[in-house]
Amino acid sequence: MTAPQPVPGSHRRLVVSGLLLGAGAMGAVDEIVFHQLLHWHHFYDRASGTAGLVSDGLLHAATWSATVAGLALLADVRRRQTFSAVRWWGAVLLGAGGFQTWDGVVDHKVLRVHQVRYGVDLTGYDLLWTGSGVLVALVGALLLWRGRTRPAR
Amino acid sequence: MIALAAGAAAALYLLAVTADRRPWPGVRTASWLLGCGCLVAALTGPLTATHMDLHAHMAGHLLLGMVAPLALALARPVTLLLRVLPVGAARRVSRVLRMAPVRVLTDPFVATGLSVAGTWLLYRSGLLMAAAHSPGLHLLVSVHVLLTGWLATAAVLALEPMPHRRGVVARAVALAAGMAAHDVLAKSLYAAPPTGFSGVAAGAQLMYNGGTVVHLAVAALLWRQWYVSRDAVRTATAPA
Repeated sequence: MTAPQPVPGSHRRLVVSGLLLGAGAMGAVDEIVFHQLLHWHHFYDRASGTAGLVSDGLLHAATWSATVAGLALLADVRRRQTFSAVRWWGAVLLGAGGFQTWDGVVDHKVLRVHQVRYGVDLTGYDLLWTGSGVLVALVGALLLWRGRTRPAR
Repeated sequence: MIALAAGAAAALYLLAVTADRRPWPGVRTASWLLGCGCLVAALTGPLTATHMDLHAHMAGHLLLGMVAPLALALARPVTLLLRVLPVGAARRVSRVLRMAPVRVLTDPFVATGLSVAGTWLLYRSGLLMAAAHSPGLHLLVSVHVLLTGWLATAAVLALEPMPHRRGVVARAVALAAGMAAHDVLAKSLYAAPPTGFSGVAAGAQLMYNGGTVVHLAVAALLWRQWYVSRDAVRTATAPA
């Protein structure tokens, strides 16, 4: 099988696909695990104001739309055979960690849309939530940087 | 009357399909019939019997404002119409489609905005209660919900011949914006229920979850269409 010529912009598309899927998947995990399974979060906690409702709606729509768009871009990248696992996973982790950090800092603390859990001391939960986000984002950035020097597989 | 109108729409479409000698994909015909069926299910039968129950109302609203529009848009009625009309008439129709007001209305952002604004007006003003007590107003509101939902879905999917089509990213963003507005409205109904209705919590959650499912289906169709068209572009531009 002959390797097709690399198409300009396909590396960027690979990274965009990973970022979208990472952020989207993290949003979905948040919704499915913490809202639906653990019931730590609530559909609406009756404490957040209009800003919370709007931000929640935007986030829900944006993460699901990002997941679908990311999958389509990934399919196109694979079809062009310019897929690189290292770079893609790097972008996914960066997207997921970035989303988690944003959720922990802006949604939970700045806007106070909802909290990680109710009726307990939040310090540990918040540190774990945001800290894990930063850690995952860093690992993602590291992978992306390492993948940069490797030829696309 | 509803069943009659839906039956007439189904019959006209079938007539057009049989009048055209070129083959027309059966899945589009099936989609049109499904859309007509959704209309009948939403506007007659058990869903309308309990009109002060928001849960039942919302099931009807989802069928009428989201599922039926998607099915009708996928059936590409304008494309079919242009195929079966005589050349002169078809030219007149496409001239109408190119007119400035039509172009503005079929812009995905305008069409989505219209649909969203109508839905917000319905649920966040006295209109919901007024429509529940007046069959005439209810019919008018239902037609509006159907038409704006149909217009928004068709504008986002852009399956029909359109002279000025926006790119896939713009259409995906318009869809996501509409989805966000729908989510916020659903949660606001949960947070501040309209007075006089029962089943509000279940209705709001049905609106939220059902809306998500249909919006995602539209997004998947939109991106699938992009994926397929990318292949056509690459084949056309590839060196021989």
